[in-house]
Amino acid sequence: MAVAAEPAPARSLFARLAQPRPALALLLLMWVPLVAYVMFNRQIGDLREVVLLPAIPAALLLYAVAVWSWRESTIAVIGVTLVFFWLLLALSAPYLPLLDPNKPVAPFVTPFTEKNGVFYWLGTDTRGRDMLSRTIWGCQRVIVWGITATVVAYFVGAMLGLIAGYLGGWWDQVVSFLANVLLSFPVMILFILILNYLGPSGFNIVIAVTFSSAPAIMRIVRGLALDVKTRDYIFAAQTRGESALRIMVIELLPNVRGPLIVDACLRLGYTTVAITTLTFLGLGLQPPDPDWGLMIKEASSTALLWKFSYMLLIPALSVSSLILGFNLMADGLREMSLRD
Amino acid sequence: MSMASDAAAAAPAPKPGEGGSEVPVLECRNLCISYFTRAGEIPAVVDFNLKLMPGESHGIVGESGCGKSTVALAIMQYMGKNGRIVGGEILFNGRDMREMNEEELRQIRGSQIAMVYQEPMASLNPAMRVGDQLAEVPIYHDGATKEEALARARAMLESVRLPEPDRILRSYPHQISGGQQQRVVIAMALLSSPKLLLLDEPTTALDVTVEAGIVDLIREIADEYGTSMIYISHNLGLILETCDRITVMYSGEAVEVGTVNDVFDAMRHPYTQGLFASIPLPHADKNARPLVAITGQLPLPHERPPGCNFGPRCDHFLAGLCDSGEIPMLPITGDDRHYSRCVRIEEIDWQAAAGEGIVKSAAPPGDVVLKVDEMTKHYEIEEGAIFFAGEKKTVKANERLSFEAREAETVAIVGESGCGKSTFAKVLMGLEEATSGEVLLGNVELGKMPVEKRSPETIAKLQMIFQNPFDTLNPSHTVGGQIARVIKKFGVEKDEEKINQRVLELLDIVKLPRDFAKRRPRQLSGGQKQRVGIARAFAGNPSVVIADEPVSALDVSVQAAVTELLMDIQRENRTTLLFISHDLSVVRYLADRIVVMYLGQIMEQGTTEEIFSPPYHPYTEALLSAVPIADTKVKKRHIVLSGEIPSASNPPEGCPFCTRCPYVIEGTCETVPPPIRAFGPGHLIACHLSEETLKAMQPVIQIGEGPIPAEADRDAEKGEQVSPVAAAESERRSDV
Ligand SMILES: Nc1ncnc2c1ncn2[C@@H]1O[C@H](COP(=O)(O)OP(=O)(O)O)[C@@H](O)[C@H]1O
Ligand code: SF4
Ligand code: SF4
Ligand SMILES: [Mg+2]
Repeated sequence: MAVAAEPAPARSLFARLAQPRPALALLLLMWVPLVAYVMFNRQIGDLREVVLLPAIPAALLLYAVAVWSWRESTIAVIGVTLVFFWLLLALSAPYLPLLDPNKPVAPFVTPFTEKNGVFYWLGTDTRGRDMLSRTIWGCQRVIVWGITATVVAYFVGAMLGLIAGYLGGWWDQVVSFLANVLLSFPVMILFILILNYLGPSGFNIVIAVTFSSAPAIMRIVRGLALDVKTRDYIFAAQTRGESALRIMVIELLPNVRGPLIVDACLRLGYTTVAITTLTFLGLGLQPPDPDWGLMIKEASSTALLWKFSYMLLIPALSVSSLILGFNLMADGLREMSLRD
Repeated sequence: MSMASDAAAAAPAPKPGEGGSEVPVLECRNLCISYFTRAGEIPAVVDFNLKLMPGESHGIVGESGCGKSTVALAIMQYMGKNGRIVGGEILFNGRDMREMNEEELRQIRGSQIAMVYQEPMASLNPAMRVGDQLAEVPIYHDGATKEEALARARAMLESVRLPEPDRILRSYPHQISGGQQQRVVIAMALLSSPKLLLLDEPTTALDVTVEAGIVDLIREIADEYGTSMIYISHNLGLILETCDRITVMYSGEAVEVGTVNDVFDAMRHPYTQGLFASIPLPHADKNARPLVAITGQLPLPHERPPGCNFGPRCDHFLAGLCDSGEIPMLPITGDDRHYSRCVRIEEIDWQAAAGEGIVKSAAPPGDVVLKVDEMTKHYEIEEGAIFFAGEKKTVKANERLSFEAREAETVAIVGESGCGKSTFAKVLMGLEEATSGEVLLGNVELGKMPVEKRSPETIAKLQMIFQNPFDTLNPSHTVGGQIARVIKKFGVEKDEEKINQRVLELLDIVKLPRDFAKRRPRQLSGGQKQRVGIARAFAGNPSVVIADEPVSALDVSVQAAVTELLMDIQRENRTTLLFISHDLSVVRYLADRIVVMYLGQIMEQGTTEEIFSPPYHPYTEALLSAVPIADTKVKKRHIVLSGEIPSASNPPEGCPFCTRCPYVIEGTCETVPPPIRAFGPGHLIACHLSEETLKAMQPVIQIGEGPIPAEADRDAEKGEQVSPVAAAESERRSDV
């Protein structure tokens, strides 16, 4: 792959950044700090004050690159805009002039009203905490846990799919059998069983999502691998004496990425729904830190009054817009892949 | 036969071209067809003219993408969503088809025009018995009763020479072989006694010997029913065998039209000339008639040059003349409706050969590099029930193969589908283990050594070139990266810098620009991909290269260039080339020695000279006779095989060819494996026939003096038939 490392003569900055390696570097530059901030807040100590700073320009650049490379599909651009809107809010939450999301200030303030010299754009909740601040901070957790869970599920599912599809035989039988067993459970029951057993926490959500999503991912990858493994270039790699692992990851996987990326976007949507639902049921992320599911749960009783329905509507609309973003991205990518 | 011709109620075919006052069955006038895609309008066919008289067969020949199928689909008025006729008209029996309404069109499509596609299964309903599908045609079109319809279907199956018509009527399409399916499709097309039969590459998916049977059938239909035919093919030899007139297409345009004899013997377009110079003929080898490749490649439909489409590849190109304005079809004086789309017809010296082929001296073969000794590969398969242990069956994919290949030698392995070529390649490459016997590369035994156990040096010594250019390169990696991987993996070079240097050198060797290293396979044409495949195979300095039909999927005009390239590199490196192919013309052209395989066994082996001249093995004889030859001067002995290829899981105990052999010795061939006898130092034939019978065989391919008119040629062939033994045999068989 020596030659691939040399950047191709590209026309614009965007074209150059859209190459796999620079794009991946930008992605990591954005993602690692966010994960460190949300998952390992205590461990990183004082670093937490600055850790997200480099991630913000990285995200902006990445957004520009994404819009540039998907400019052919309006749908994909809308989707990516929605997703990056929330992503940027998540990254910049610590640096925005927001009230403390956990501090009760004045209960039951409706949106767009001023109280005690403070203007509340989105009002406050039953306990008097600022809704704007809670919505923005809440998106941080949904995004980080949702994407992490999907990525982990994808890693496990894809590896198992490659093993079942490429190695076949005995491997295939075992993996497919386990997948079928897991798939026979209704997803929610599986979630509730796992989280009841392991206890509610972010990491356990990742495990639960992996158990419920990986079998379906495994099936998709297995089907794609079965097709690709009959190609001559795989045969060529085999006769070159390449290891099975290298063939699976380097020769085979890149050629099935198209349908997988589309499916991953859709699955991000499902996972977001699942995490929000789990938190709503009290099985996911724990209070007091803000989270959209938690906000919906806390607002569920008071929101019966029309006047206070904003407490429910704001997190609900937020989560819907994020899911819509993922789905539109999936649609746009699929549309583009069908074109050529 | 007689029943069928009654059914068709056809008058004897009028001689084509006669009677100028007759209404043509089909006429295309200035036909222009475009596809509308996201990238804009793609002019697939431009200014296409064709006049088809009753009883005439017209061939359309051209490389893939030149618009042949588009013309056929336009005639059927099946243009799909995005295709449209943008100019000109199509007259069927004098009426413009574009003015007909849906109902009329449907009527015509069903009963007047019938089409046969490349894939027989595209026209057959997999869930319906063959009999019911065939019976539908008379029921639907003529209002026949079910019994009547079935009787006519049965008669038609007989007339397309299908054995056991009753069994086939009861079968589902997947239960019969590909050749039989295509015959059923032709029968279905004929049942409505159409005036016009469109055949779009009807034999491309079939084996040569099966193809020969279908071609024979098509020719007979034309003679007997007087059906007009349009026969589309990329194979000039097939057109010669089936058609009266021919249109040569290039990049969406007809470039030359005329009678088969005019176009084959007195072509007047540089592309036609180039095409003929670039196809190997089975009566000439690399020394007698070196191939001359057409330089460059086909332009994409939206990147056609101004003026003559062939201009950039033409040796006679004259700036200012050839690249300005539309080039019209110009008549050739003295010939019968012979036209050419070239403005320099008068100036070009048509007698001079198209370019000079470079005659290269053959490299003398060295020591034995690869020795295959009694190599056998059997697969165990379990048949039947899913839950209970099914019956164990043995598929004999390779049975006691023995041959040798020397340094710098080209050994061709010839055989049709299912003869075990791929299995042999897999054993050699270490993806399967031989059941018994030995494969020696130098002094390393490979038969029982899977690729994981082979040392990098052994693996590097044995490399492969694949058939399908679209599959041979990994679409996700750059061309350079894929070649570099081989160099690194085999430890030819270690240093990153040196590897890159070597990649560029290899690209030079296969005559590709150096900046292709950074490209991805999808940016390359089929021929270019195949060149990269060759570069990759030679990157590890192999001593043996297996090439599995490396050019058969390429366009005819680039095949020659890739073949030449492969041979040059081989000669340079003194590599042993195992060339797997079904095309005897190509094999004759480049092989030093030939191994003929059938159903997993070697039928005959010897030098190219020995294989192409008597004594023949009966299968070699049939194979030679089946090759379509694009030369009017060549006479072939006509041998059409009947019978089916047995399945590899249940081969005959004796000679595997006994189900189709015209010489079969009843009682012996079926049960006793044939002896292998030597007819020269390395010339081995496995057959029961006596030495005298084998030695008495006549050559299959003969070059006559001067051009022989196609009609006369055919009649002569029919009278001539096979050798006396075979003639008697086939008579006996047809009586059964
Ligand atoms: N449905 C379609 N949409 C767009 N382009 C097409 C379509 N079908 C064929 N073409 C283009 O039209 C040209 C002629 O194609 P075709 O008639 O299939 O050629 P041939 O049969 O000679 O191989 C090619 O360039 C092909 O890519
Ligand atoms: S018109 Fe010119 S470029 Fe075209 S075929 Fe004739 S000589 Fe060649
Ligand atoms: S052994 Fe018999 S069946 Fe086989 S090729 Fe010879 S004559 Fe034909
Ligand atoms: Mg076609």
